[in-house]
Amino acid sequence: MQIDLAVKDISKTFDDFMAVDNVSFEVADGSFFSILGPSGCGKTTLLRMIAGLTEPTAGTIEIRGKSMLGIPPNKRPVNLIFQHLALFPMMNVGENIAFGLKRRGDSKAVINEKVATILERVDLIGFGDKKVDQLSGGQKQRVAIARCLVLEPAVLLLDEPLGALDLKLREQMKVELKKLQAKVGTTFVYITHDQSEALVMSDHVAVMNQGVFEQIDTPQNLYNSPDTPFVAQFVGDNNTWSGRIRQCDQKTAEIETTDGRVFRTQIRQQLQPGDEVDLFLRPEAMLIQPDAGLANLNRFEVIVKDLLFDGANSRLLAHPLDADTELLIALPQTHQYDYIQKNDKIEIGWDEQSGICFLRKENQD
Amino acid sequence: MLKGQKRWGLFFFLAPVVLWLFVMIVLPHIDLLIMSFRIENDEGQQIWSLKNYLNFFEEPIYWLTFARTAIYSILVTFLTFVIALPVAFYITKVVKPKYQGFLLVLLLLPFWVSELVRVYGWMILLRESGVINHFLLKAGLLKQPIEMLYRDSTMILGLVYTSMLFMVVPIISVLDSLDNSLIEAAYDLGANMWTILFKIIIPHATPGIVSGSIVVFMLTLGNYLTPNLMGGKNSLWFTEQIYNQFIASFNWNQGSAFGFLLLVLSSIVVWLGLKLTRQNLKKVVQ
Repeated sequence: MQIDLAVKDISKTFDDFMAVDNVSFEVADGSFFSILGPSGCGKTTLLRMIAGLTEPTAGTIEIRGKSMLGIPPNKRPVNLIFQHLALFPMMNVGENIAFGLKRRGDSKAVINEKVATILERVDLIGFGDKKVDQLSGGQKQRVAIARCLVLEPAVLLLDEPLGALDLKLREQMKVELKKLQAKVGTTFVYITHDQSEALVMSDHVAVMNQGVFEQIDTPQNLYNSPDTPFVAQFVGDNNTWSGRIRQCDQKTAEIETTDGRVFRTQIRQQLQPGDEVDLFLRPEAMLIQPDAGLANLNRFEVIVKDLLFDGANSRLLAHPLDADTELLIALPQTHQYDYIQKNDKIEIGWDEQSGICFLRKENQD
Repeated sequence: MLKGQKRWGLFFFLAPVVLWLFVMIVLPHIDLLIMSFRIENDEGQQIWSLKNYLNFFEEPIYWLTFARTAIYSILVTFLTFVIALPVAFYITKVVKPKYQGFLLVLLLLPFWVSELVRVYGWMILLRESGVINHFLLKAGLLKQPIEMLYRDSTMILGLVYTSMLFMVVPIISVLDSLDNSLIEAAYDLGANMWTILFKIIIPHATPGIVSGSIVVFMLTLGNYLTPNLMGGKNSLWFTEQIYNQFIASFNWNQGSAFGFLLLVLSSIVVWLGLKLTRQNLKKVVQ
């Protein structure tokens, strides 16, 4: 597979603040790559360095095998879709899309044809003469994408372009963007702080925190087997216990939590008895009133504090009988659990394969 | 009842403005307009006539000065714009925000002293025995001092200097509202510096540029002090013709006619400018 974008050991320092710290990754031709991180983690700086709008302090960027260092943004085969789209209000839709083609010196006939083709591709036939402020949010979005795609860039960079849209439209655009990417086959590098955007659309996701990549993986792996506590907490919801290893072998450990419970869980890290650990558990890993015949379950009783109804994403807010740790438990909307009321006592069980266990941060290094 | 009160309130607050406009601007202008159509006949009586306006067209020195003033005013406006745009761009987009205020104060500072003092400052620098000549002689670049005052170029320099602020401030305010990402997006899409300037920055800044230009053009056209002091007798600025008619020749009728011609000229040029840039006065004045 051809590598479209290769970033090696790139760093960016502002005065004494390290915005991007020694980041390396590769993006294959035609794939959808997301960089997911909280705001201020350096993801925008990273994207701007790829676009050429910010000079890296150290490291190299290669696009289709050619080094991009010292090449100004107007000469790079990448285009950036800005957070607020940056459509030119002084031009109509057609002129906006033709802007890059004109700069390249294409003939008028070629420009008109390309603009018409790309408008068709983003389902905006006949919008060429409209003014930018006559468009809806979703239409502006598509114009911004068309304006970049018409130049056939090697890599299309997207800086949280869905951030300004309302929820319904965002959900819709997520799917549309993914479909569009599959259709045109351009390599997308997408940055966002919204995990659902990253998980839904991407082939690969890099989770970024404080200037470094914590993990680069497929969305499934990020969710199911996070490499670091940060990834476990940032991607999806989690219940957290702190505890100490009582005994362990290569694959499983017995953990005594601070609230006095003992759990058995799988481990993927070399641990010693006595190690301080954090244990993460997805809300959907907890089974409500599990069948008595199921083996390998950690079982305990909880009191339901509240029912958080949110359609398919409904949860139970509960706490263990003798502790006040708050737990989120997925509540499938299959009418099977309709009998559960506030202040009910129910049994909870989770499989030892679904626990995610990490050595406590302070004890590392 | 309430409506009546409202109307009364409006009248109360508008009255000083209306009164001021009427007494100080409209009335004198009506008087001048009447005067411009009257001449003194041989018996010393005032009679109606178009003679004052005919004089203007028959005497080349008048209309040549007039045309010269108009063309130079347009040139000064253009030069002021060419200098002011990069200055405004630098202040709004290049320097760190904390220095913006400081730079604006630096721009304003010269305007705390009167125009007269500023012009004399230039004269001290530029005259034959002035500071610049002194240093050029010392440095051996000149064999003998040259007179830099009383040239058209010097006069234009003075006029541009005087007008700078009135161009920079409106351009700064429009550039402030220009989203940086528009510039970056254009750069990213393959535009070079000049395309960004002509396709993004200037179109966005047009309202500010036009309002600055109107102010600068009017101020320059009606300027008396700077052309007179820095251009000297050669300046041939139309305001001097008006001054001469009123004060030297004591021909108020002729002077009023000239004054009205200047008013018509500035109105036409401003109207043309608005038409050419497809702006309307309402938008520009905002």
